[in-house]
Amino acid sequence: MHVVVVTKNTPDTEAAVTVDAAGNVSWGDKLVVNPWDEYAITEAVLLKGAHNVQATILAVGPEEHQESLKHGLAIGCDQAIRIWHDSLAGYDSLVYANAVAAAIRKLGDVDLVIFGKELADIASDAHIYQTARKLGWTMLGFVARIEAVDFGGKTIRVTRLVEQGTQIVSSRLPAVISVVKDINEPKYPTFIGIRKAAKAEIPVWGPAELGLDAANLTPRTRVVGYQNLPKREGTVQIIEGATAQEKAATLVEKLLQEKVI
Amino acid sequence: MDFTLTEEHVMAQQMVRDFAQREIYPTIKEWDRRQEVNPAILPRMAELGILGINIPVRYGGQGFDYLTLALVCEELERVDTSLRVIMSVHMGLNSMALLQWGTEEQKQRFLVPQAVGEKYGAFGLTEADAGSDPVSLRSTARRDGDCYILNGEKMWISLASKAHHILVFAKTDPHAQPAYKGITAFMITSDMKGVTTGDIHGKLGVRAGSTGWVAMQDVQVPVENRIGEEGEGFYIAMSCLDNGRYTVGAGAVGLIRACLEDSIKYANTRHTFGDPIGHHQLIKQKIAYMQQWYDAARLLVLRAGWMKNQGQRNTRETAVAKWFATDMSVKAALEAVQVYGAYGFSDEYDVERYLRNAKGAVIYEGASEIQQLIQADYALGYRHDRPLRCELPAYDADYWQNEG
Amino acid sequence: MSVFVWVEQFEGTPISASWEALGLARQFADQLGSTVTALMFGQNVDSVVQSAFHYGADAVIKADDRSLQYYRFSPYVALLAKIVQEHNPAIVLAAATTSGRELLAGAAADLNAGILTDVTDLSLENGKLKAVRPVLGGKVLSVEVMAGDGPQFATLRNRAFKALEPDTSRTGTVTTLTSTATENDADTQIEGFQKTTGKVSLSDATIIVSGGRGVGGPEGFGPVRELAEVLGAAVGASRAAVDAGWIPYEHQVGQTGKVVSPDLYIACGISGAIQHQAGMRTAKVIVAINKDPEAPIFKLAQYGIIGDVFEVLPALTQAFRQRLG
Repeated sequence: MHVVVVTKNTPDTEAAVTVDAAGNVSWGDKLVVNPWDEYAITEAVLLKGAHNVQATILAVGPEEHQESLKHGLAIGCDQAIRIWHDSLAGYDSLVYANAVAAAIRKLGDVDLVIFGKELADIASDAHIYQTARKLGWTMLGFVARIEAVDFGGKTIRVTRLVEQGTQIVSSRLPAVISVVKDINEPKYPTFIGIRKAAKAEIPVWGPAELGLDAANLTPRTRVVGYQNLPKREGTVQIIEGATAQEKAATLVEKLLQEKVI
Repeated sequence: MDFTLTEEHVMAQQMVRDFAQREIYPTIKEWDRRQEVNPAILPRMAELGILGINIPVRYGGQGFDYLTLALVCEELERVDTSLRVIMSVHMGLNSMALLQWGTEEQKQRFLVPQAVGEKYGAFGLTEADAGSDPVSLRSTARRDGDCYILNGEKMWISLASKAHHILVFAKTDPHAQPAYKGITAFMITSDMKGVTTGDIHGKLGVRAGSTGWVAMQDVQVPVENRIGEEGEGFYIAMSCLDNGRYTVGAGAVGLIRACLEDSIKYANTRHTFGDPIGHHQLIKQKIAYMQQWYDAARLLVLRAGWMKNQGQRNTRETAVAKWFATDMSVKAALEAVQVYGAYGFSDEYDVERYLRNAKGAVIYEGASEIQQLIQADYALGYRHDRPLRCELPAYDADYWQNEG
Repeated sequence: MSVFVWVEQFEGTPISASWEALGLARQFADQLGSTVTALMFGQNVDSVVQSAFHYGADAVIKADDRSLQYYRFSPYVALLAKIVQEHNPAIVLAAATTSGRELLAGAAADLNAGILTDVTDLSLENGKLKAVRPVLGGKVLSVEVMAGDGPQFATLRNRAFKALEPDTSRTGTVTTLTSTATENDADTQIEGFQKTTGKVSLSDATIIVSGGRGVGGPEGFGPVRELAEVLGAAVGASRAAVDAGWIPYEHQVGQTGKVVSPDLYIACGISGAIQHQAGMRTAKVIVAINKDPEAPIFKLAQYGIIGDVFEVLPALTQAFRQRLG
């Protein structure tokens, strides 16, 4: 009985991001665990504790992504595996999904795969749903709580947060889920976990180990460059007035003029 | 010379940083304003294992080294001094004294519950009339059969009303010549008959921290609670300060960093004369000095920590680290308030709290004036370190990390 | 060469963002000299079918079956993939709702096709889609293109594109799929549903009034809600307010909450940290009310009032009530 959480490092949100004239983007060097994955990792470790299942953390990425794997081990995952090869650069969602699905198949006996809701850097979640399809498993996205899970009986019941409200869905395992912020309070690494993580040797699997051929690794989309956001003109207009009522009246007029009411 | 911290160091530091930032920072200003202790802090630090960070696993601790203790203190004080004060008294002054001087039985009885965080420890040396001159303390301990009767009042004791175990110093021989040979160390517990405690308010700084007094009236302390030998108390107290000062210096490094980081943030957002104030030279000067003070203080503290790891006597090196780091933290806080201008004068922002907190550290654990006398006496050859009967054990990963 | 649009509906009510997708599809179809087909999965969706024509569809393919009443991943994905495989459209679009994102990505995977997700700009160059999408916490725009052949999938960010003015005279052909039973129909069961409280959904809102740490507590959202009520606005919140337990997570705007793009965003007692900005910076007009003149939100806003939210909000509510009647 086995739970796998899939993670990735992303640039620190606080980092300033710049785009040069040629359309190349750069941010500071600081990478952090993808913010959504903190919830996924914690959920995997909570399930491990409650149901006595194995928890594996998986990342697709070059060596810097070791840190997010070590973080997962320090929080309590049993093992970590990194998937990488130059051909995987670019994070085309289909290539990514092929790689992750192959890794899950190789691990074997996996009942549940947990992703964070989306990758904060590329602002995308397509790889999550595509991983589910490549595995041929059910997909339950935007999970705010795992209501019940029976690893022996192979069932799961979750609450999903969708636009119209909250939905309770039950499904057969194995399944892929993505989790949102409400699901738990991210755990801290334990000191014992930190020691274990620091000592861990993390294997790297490439296309050879995963049985991926050229077709699996061909990207279907391509980033051609980056652009700065269109500049928001001007500085803020601070509304003055002797009283709150005066300021309010002035603001109301301005907003009506802007035709946004 | 390898200055790199290990992966364990970096991860442990990050973990404490995240904890302090997420769980303590959001409300610390309110607790500081109200001069009250947030009751969630001690149990949470216990739960996370922070209260036993550098105690061997076999004694209930987390098995990390002395350098990690400095990094933890830096992160705690980055958010508020009151957090680091907990480590100074519970770990630096009390738990590490047990590690160094305690019998196996005393380690089981006192150190294990402290490392696990079930019990909190404090340090009772200072009295109303005995601060810089601890030898003049007036508490007494009269031998009576298989126990001692303790009388006296300790003051300016952090965690006084919270601690379960208090390491106190009293004179078993009030007429000893020289006087310091008459001092003996005892572990009293807050539930002993005759022990009363109270809180002190109205402090300039560390207002979210617990500071108080401990009064002993005919307290019967069993002989098993005596730490070390009769007459050894002064040496024990001084060796405790080697560890307490270490945490104070490490914390001051965090305070300097708080001033630096907050000033940088403000310098990049506040505009005057059409530019961020970070473009103005006199602001640059302040930032530059804070950076220098942070770099230097940190290295001094880490050197002391490295020496502790090696099992080397580090009294002088720890003292100079504490003196420098705390003095510079006051200066950094003054500069930070100035960078913030009028907003530095308001408690809406953190920098005024840094200043009030910083002022405490140049007074306690050896005032800066005492530190200067210490350094001069070492340099002039008037002061030498003699080997102690019990030394702080060097960090041995195998011994610290295994169950034993 | 046709353009397909998956039109989403919930309990017979169309999702307005789907009309935005239809509007764009119309543009592409005109560019390609081709047609727009709307796809509709559900039960009793006939009212939505007619609207699809009004908003620009030339044809509708509907799958009307009890098993499709509510969105479920496997049946919907299998069905869409099957339809796309059979009809081989050049482009498949949908709104980037929770369902739309899952559905189109899943179908693209089945067909080993490319997908551009949550785009704010989409154009057709030499038969290939080119997208612009905000990345890195909304701080920069990434320009991405389709590589390779086959149907091109894309999901569109809510309110980034314009729906056409509905033309009630328009109509078209309707094809009803008879056999819609697919694999894994029994895998997932929907056991319950609880509709969101509040009338306006954040993602669809044209006006949002948001509260942050400055509102001081759950009661602080009272004035926020009152202003929202008068404006017909949705209520949003910063992460600080949600983490403090003052308002449920579904109201959170920001990097770990929802990304919104209203015409008007009124930020009350919100400092405007980067993570919050990532969720609302594309709003047309931003108003900030905060007592701290140094708050970063004032760098982003067009209009600001420096003051106590508890004085300003009631004044604003009153002023709007008077003006709007």
